[in-house]
Amino acid sequence: MSLTAKDKETVKAFWAKVAPKADDIGQDALSRMLVVYPQTKTYFSHWKDLSPGSAPVKKHGATVMGGVADAVAKIDDLTAGLLNLSELHAFTLRVDPANFKILAHNILVVCAIKLPNDFTPEVHVAVDKFLAALARALAEKYR
Amino acid sequence: MVQWSDFERATIQDIFSKINSDFVGPAALSRCLIVYPWTQRYFGSFGNLYNADAITSNPKVAAHGKVVLAGLEKAVKNMDDIKTAYKDLSVLHSEKLHVDPDNFNLLSDCLTIVVASQMGDAFTADVQAAFQKFLAVAVASLRKQYH
Repeated sequence: MSLTAKDKETVKAFWAKVAPKADDIGQDALSRMLVVYPQTKTYFSHWKDLSPGSAPVKKHGATVMGGVADAVAKIDDLTAGLLNLSELHAFTLRVDPANFKILAHNILVVCAIKLPNDFTPEVHVAVDKFLAALARALAEKYR
Repeated sequence: MVQWSDFERATIQDIFSKINSDFVGPAALSRCLIVYPWTQRYFGSFGNLYNADAITSNPKVAAHGKVVLAGLEKAVKNMDDIKTAYKDLSVLHSEKLHVDPDNFNLLSDCLTIVVASQMGDAFTADVQAAFQKFLAVAVASLRKQYH
């Protein structure tokens, strides 16, 4: 299920609309993930405050969305482009890759809330494929 | 037996009273057929599903979307024993329709996204958690009679 040329165009066009709200979207998606899938909180036991809108959640949401924006820019070769991030997640963070799907789902939910008219089914399928491809590239160095 | 908090109970009732069921059912089903095209395997008799526009404007898809949502409304009315309420539906999906139950999760995700877009900021993280729990119980009940 690799990205077609049309998928890449759709993702880039949609991400241009996401960009001005990226930090907000990242914070909201991360907050939702921690509330709706409480097992994900296990990765953030070092944070003082895991509640929606808290300072660490805000900061980290922005960091994650920065990574996604970077991936959009490197959409033609995600594996090469995300090599360093993959090593970070594989050897240092050791996040179970099943969680990438969970975060992706929450990013999609927030896109539907913040950009309801732009997040059409056609955009949805392209972004879903892109986030899955991103997750695969991120898991590349795991084993 | 599933335990529902007061918040969860109230939230589910609230969501289903607020959403436009004539819109949400068809929108979620057509989104599922577009985003996860392999799900079209179960709708061979529905005619033109060749592209997103065809799916969105297909009257059989719309009609069936309403049927699916009515099924969920039945679960809302029987929240304390969805398993029993869904017994016949589960047998139907397994024995007659032969639907791979993993597809129920795909449709659930599409329902979550459509309801989120309808409710906007009112679809908070806590509301999302309650809604996804409800869908998970409905899906588990639908899987129950598979063997």
